[in-house]
Amino acid sequence: MISRRALLKAAGAVAAGAAGAEVTRAEGIADTPAPASAAADRPAHDHDQASPREPLEALTAEEAALLTAIVARLIPADLNGPGAVEAGAVAYIDRALAGSLASSREAYRRGLAAVERYARSSRGGSFRELTPVDQDSLLIDVETGAATGSGAGFDGSSAAFFALVRAHTWQGTFGDPHYGGNREYIGWNLVGYPGVRTAVTADDQRLGVVPAPLRRSAYDTDMFTKATARVDPRDPHHGDPA
Amino acid sequence: MATQLNGADVVIVGLGAAGGIAALPLAEAGLDVVGLEAGTRLTRRDFAPDEIRNNVRDWPQAVQKTNQEVPTQRPNAGAPTTRASSHPMMNGVGGTTLHYWAQSWRLNPWDFKVVNETVRRYGRSRLPAGTTIEDWPLDYEELEPYYDKVEWETGVAGRAGNIKGALSPAGNVFEGPRQRDYPMPPLRGTGFTDLMAAAARSLGWQPFAGPAQINSRSFQERSACLYHGFCNRGGCHVDAKNGTAVTTIPRAEQTGRFRVVTRAHVTAIDVDARGRVAAVRYLTDGQEFVQPARAVLLAAYTYENVRLLLLSKSRAFPSGLSNKHSQVGRHYLSHAQGGGVTALFPFNLNTWYGLPAQGTAVDDFADDNFDHGSLDFIGGGNLWVYSERRPIGAANMTTFGRAPNWGSAWKAFVKENADRVNTSYLQKTTLPYESNYLDLDPEAKDPLGFPVIRITADYQENERRINTYIQDRMEQWYRAAGAIAVQRNPLGTMGPSTHTYGGTRMGDNPETNVVNRWGFSHEVPNLGVLGGSVMGTSGARNPTLTLQALAWRTADHLVKNWKSIGE
Repeated sequence: MISRRALLKAAGAVAAGAAGAEVTRAEGIADTPAPASAAADRPAHDHDQASPREPLEALTAEEAALLTAIVARLIPADLNGPGAVEAGAVAYIDRALAGSLASSREAYRRGLAAVERYARSSRGGSFRELTPVDQDSLLIDVETGAATGSGAGFDGSSAAFFALVRAHTWQGTFGDPHYGGNREYIGWNLVGYPGVRTAVTADDQRLGVVPAPLRRSAYDTDMFTKATARVDPRDPHHGDPA
Repeated sequence: MATQLNGADVVIVGLGAAGGIAALPLAEAGLDVVGLEAGTRLTRRDFAPDEIRNNVRDWPQAVQKTNQEVPTQRPNAGAPTTRASSHPMMNGVGGTTLHYWAQSWRLNPWDFKVVNETVRRYGRSRLPAGTTIEDWPLDYEELEPYYDKVEWETGVAGRAGNIKGALSPAGNVFEGPRQRDYPMPPLRGTGFTDLMAAAARSLGWQPFAGPAQINSRSFQERSACLYHGFCNRGGCHVDAKNGTAVTTIPRAEQTGRFRVVTRAHVTAIDVDARGRVAAVRYLTDGQEFVQPARAVLLAAYTYENVRLLLLSKSRAFPSGLSNKHSQVGRHYLSHAQGGGVTALFPFNLNTWYGLPAQGTAVDDFADDNFDHGSLDFIGGGNLWVYSERRPIGAANMTTFGRAPNWGSAWKAFVKENADRVNTSYLQKTTLPYESNYLDLDPEAKDPLGFPVIRITADYQENERRINTYIQDRMEQWYRAAGAIAVQRNPLGTMGPSTHTYGGTRMGDNPETNVVNRWGFSHEVPNLGVLGGSVMGTSGARNPTLTLQALAWRTADHLVKNWKSIGE
């Protein structure tokens, strides 16, 4: 399967945005400014750090803005450092929904619309306009399934949609940056992961030792075939060796 | 129209843990061998340390034929069936040995004669109601030379606990006597596994480093293990894991007598007018091929072994190949591997790296290594702790009820505790029962329209009691090592599993077993079956080394009796 992103990339249409992300990842340096076009699409009240660095691949701008507000509550930026928004979890989810997680695209369409309807019916306003306290209490309703019978239009239990978003947010925050999330290694820094190594010494495994953090993607080395990272899980074959 | 291929002496269906072993002794003996494998070849370049691809999206193991044939499951014949979305095993040259944990245990001698030993020591009433267990037609001593052969030919790292009766506490003192030590020392310990070993000794237990089919030092010109943390479900990036793809299969190919056919989707085994196996039928990209053979070794995974036999109907075998006594699919069990215990420590464990095979074992409560006189079950469990952690998994840790599952309070909790949690692996004796079996699902089909396997199985009282007892021991062990909180995980259901047994059980009685003591069908003299499906008991440890020893033994038998079986 060839994703829309791959096609666009092949055509050079998103060269600036994609190249910027690659540089950031490879060198592990500080943030790169978002492309102006993406910033212009953003609602004024959106999080400053929420800017997708590339055009959206699967989500609409409206959906991405709502999802950004949700994941900002799941793993917030706070005294313990930046959170899921800053890590690029929304970009991870958006890209995956156009590729490996395409089977979840419809669940996001329905689930996000249901969250917004539930916000208006139960809290009297758009989710993004609510206070963080109200956003959290609403998300607890969604998480526990209490929002299911509200008429908001959740497909099955609201808890299933919450679990889906949580799982994908965690993947986009703590996974390999190759997939568009875990920017600046925010997730790995949060849990203290010392990084992807291809060789680990006995000293690296002793109690009281903290191996020096290594910040790179698995695919920053030439050891591994990148193609497998985008394989469609429903493909019946791994592909033949070259 | 089907393409008729030139005949082979032996066709092996499936080149995983079992078929990949059998190829070597057959080819070395000069037989013409063809291996039909549904998957393709993977190399070290495919095994990236990528948690999203390997552990979240299940590549390499889910991209495959088996994933389109996931069995349905139900706990009993009266319950509705459900179907999981993925399958735990994989196709590929080397099969699941590409990404498995590689723990390479010999079964305990007790596992071969549970009935006799239980009756002798505790009385017949202690055999659980409804069990269909039989003693194996061979004992540990008979299999020992083949265990030794697989350990030395593929490379297993470990420390002997019993060499010809001389016990050594550096190894497992409960193991059966072995003729010599392992070819390599065990994988190294870590700060955490050493801590756990010391805690076990403080309880009077006998901890040791478990055996692994992984190089602890350079072996057969391949690298030593580099402990990078992505062995589990990821494959080895330096070929230090001694699966059949890098050991016996290439050596068999070097003889010039073994030909590997990839992307061969086997659909049926044909018999001739005499009721002997004549050919194997397979599809590649929709094209059908017929591969004639003088003998066939069926070496797919348990579910597919059973399915292919049941689907291979003929005038001679109207209810499926080798199924005249309706024993195909019976005596099925999947290992009780669930019900691990998770512990929280008040200090960092530094277990970010390592692999599931790098651990400390306690065997004091496995098999019949302890007195069951005052207990209400037979068998037991192996306790195993190891060093491994990846970031998404770490961030998904349980919060032990001390924090919510998201938000700022969660974030503070996980920031402090991500490296302070450990989950044990507890493998427990599981018995076969009359009510647990495999058959063809009457409704669910694969993409070709063939029915998939239906699992009807549930753990019984004996398994549940062992689980409670073993979780108690595990909690005791963690507490002795300083854990401040402990959580017990559920035993789970008997859905599709990586440790499956029975379905084509081995035994002398043709009315209760599909294959004889050599692994050949009681009904079809030139059909052998390899894999866990021939094993009648599970023991309390991983099955791979045992099914590999059996595969070598069956291949050896075929070579020695080629005139009577193959000609």
